[in-house]
Amino acid sequence: MKGYLKEHPILEFKRGKKIKFFFEDREVEGYEGLPIAAALHAAGIKVLSFSERYDRPRGFFCAVGKCSSCLMEVDGHPNVMVCMELLKPGMRVRRQKGQKK
Amino acid sequence: MSSRTKNSRFTGSTIPQNSKIDNEKSGQEPRTKNTIQNFSSSEFPDFDICIIGGGPAGLEAAIVARTLGAKVIIIDDNPGLGGQLIKQTHKFFGSKAHYCGVRGVDIAGILSKEVKGSDIDILHNATVVGYYDDDIIGVLKDDRLFPVKAKTYIFATGASENTLAFDNADLPGVYGAGAVQTMMNVYGVVPGKRAVVIGSGNIGLIVPYQLLQAGVEVAAIIEIMDKIGGYYVHAAKIKRAGVPIILKHTIIEAQGKECVEAALISKVGGKYECLSGTERTIECDMILIAIGLSPLCELLYQAGCRIDYIPELGGHVPYHNEDMMTTKKNILVCGDLACIEEASTAMLEGKIAGAKAHEALYSRTKQGKKIVRQAKQELSVIRSSPFEERITFGLGKLK
Ligand SMILES: Cc1cc2nc3c(=O)[nH]c(=O)nc-3n(C[C@H](O)[C@H](O)[C@H](O)COP(=O)(O)OP(=O)(O)OC[C@H]3O[C@@H](n4cnc5c(N)ncnc54)[C@H](O)[C@@H]3O)c2cc1C
Ligand code: FES
Repeated sequence: MKGYLKEHPILEFKRGKKIKFFFEDREVEGYEGLPIAAALHAAGIKVLSFSERYDRPRGFFCAVGKCSSCLMEVDGHPNVMVCMELLKPGMRVRRQKGQKK
Repeated sequence: MSSRTKNSRFTGSTIPQNSKIDNEKSGQEPRTKNTIQNFSSSEFPDFDICIIGGGPAGLEAAIVARTLGAKVIIIDDNPGLGGQLIKQTHKFFGSKAHYCGVRGVDIAGILSKEVKGSDIDILHNATVVGYYDDDIIGVLKDDRLFPVKAKTYIFATGASENTLAFDNADLPGVYGAGAVQTMMNVYGVVPGKRAVVIGSGNIGLIVPYQLLQAGVEVAAIIEIMDKIGGYYVHAAKIKRAGVPIILKHTIIEAQGKECVEAALISKVGGKYECLSGTERTIECDMILIAIGLSPLCELLYQAGCRIDYIPELGGHVPYHNEDMMTTKKNILVCGDLACIEEASTAMLEGKIAGAKAHEALYSRTKQGKKIVRQAKQELSVIRSSPFEERITFGLGKLK
């Protein structure tokens, strides 16, 4: 699949099953068990949400669940940290605006 | 600069405010394979020692405490153990006793194998979100908040990457350097094609080298000081690979519409002010921030431990003595949380914390005494190096 490292001088990547999920109703491919954010970036999607007041695009920052910069709506649940939440087949992932109450 | 900065992102703590423990649900057992599944009682079992954070510090603490005979649980918010080490593909240096020549990711493997081979309980994918009355902690796992109680807690939560304020610092493409390292080395995904790195400490030197290994271009490393911050060996390697390290410069703006398209940098003067007329842009689609880490000590604030501000140790750090004990007698700390340093010192501090936690609960054992003495000795050898002067100075401020 495009967007994933294949050859690496040191590392070997064990990946899960190839699966399909949805980003803004668009079908995207990814590997099961990867954090949603990793699968989105491999698919070239870097804008994860928009800021509350000025609609500024937002992406991830820490990738380890510490900064809340990557909150998205997953299967209808808002404020999901997609750098930690792992991908499952058929998941519906959406950009959200601001932090939902 | 900062007062004029536009569109900076401020990242917040992940700990929910006013969170309450859901006692009603506490009877349900968490879904883990290795642990706690055999408890039929409605309460969580009491542990002797609960270790929060499964990085090198927490793992060593667990191994030592268990070896001495304590009943131990490790709680970590990742699917696997190892903390920061799982993304470090470079070989460590130092002494043989501290895994010199071994890659960080392999050290993580060695330690987690030892833990998993023992009867230490492990709670994966579980975040400790609060410290409550009666010395109970709240654990969030699978959307469920439940309490865990232990006689003693060892906090080994590590640190988080610092952000930097500059114009449009909130644009997607401005990432923590460690974050990109995680994406690249743990998940095999590189979130860009050409990077500019801000900061030339060890992380700012190692991550770009690993980007090159993964086939990503590195346009430059920008350093505001007049000398490189990290070790000479790392700097020499990255320079040999043809990456310029631009000293006395800083970033003033991330440019781009939806995502980063370029970095605007400027030379700085004697007071670190930007010198007008020296600005230039460097094309890139990632700006990696590698300006340091801050200890993750919110939970300790909440627990009522005294927190001191010591810039040399990483900013706000929990007060601790030589035995890694905080101002609360049932709480110990170790690793990057106690002082931003390195994996070898984190592991040594972990050993001390593990042994001292056991000692406080039971009694001093010959074996425990020996472990502590040896670890303290090794720490003092590491900290006597000129590279560690700052740390030694900072530790001297803990009184
Ligand atoms: C790029 C880079 C290169 C480095 N190179 C070297 C090197 O060459 N040599 C060297 O010795 N050191 C190196 N280090 C430093 C070393 O990795 C750290 O000092 C070490 O990992 C600190 O260990 P720790 O156990 O304190 O914290 P960590 O490794 O950060 O582990 C803490 C763990 O706790 C978890 N956690 C945090 N909060 C919670 C919570 N509330 N609930 C549950 N779990 C939680 C975290 O997710 C993490 O798994 C490097 C670091 C980086 C980033
Ligand atoms: S990027 Fe920091 S929490 Fe997800």
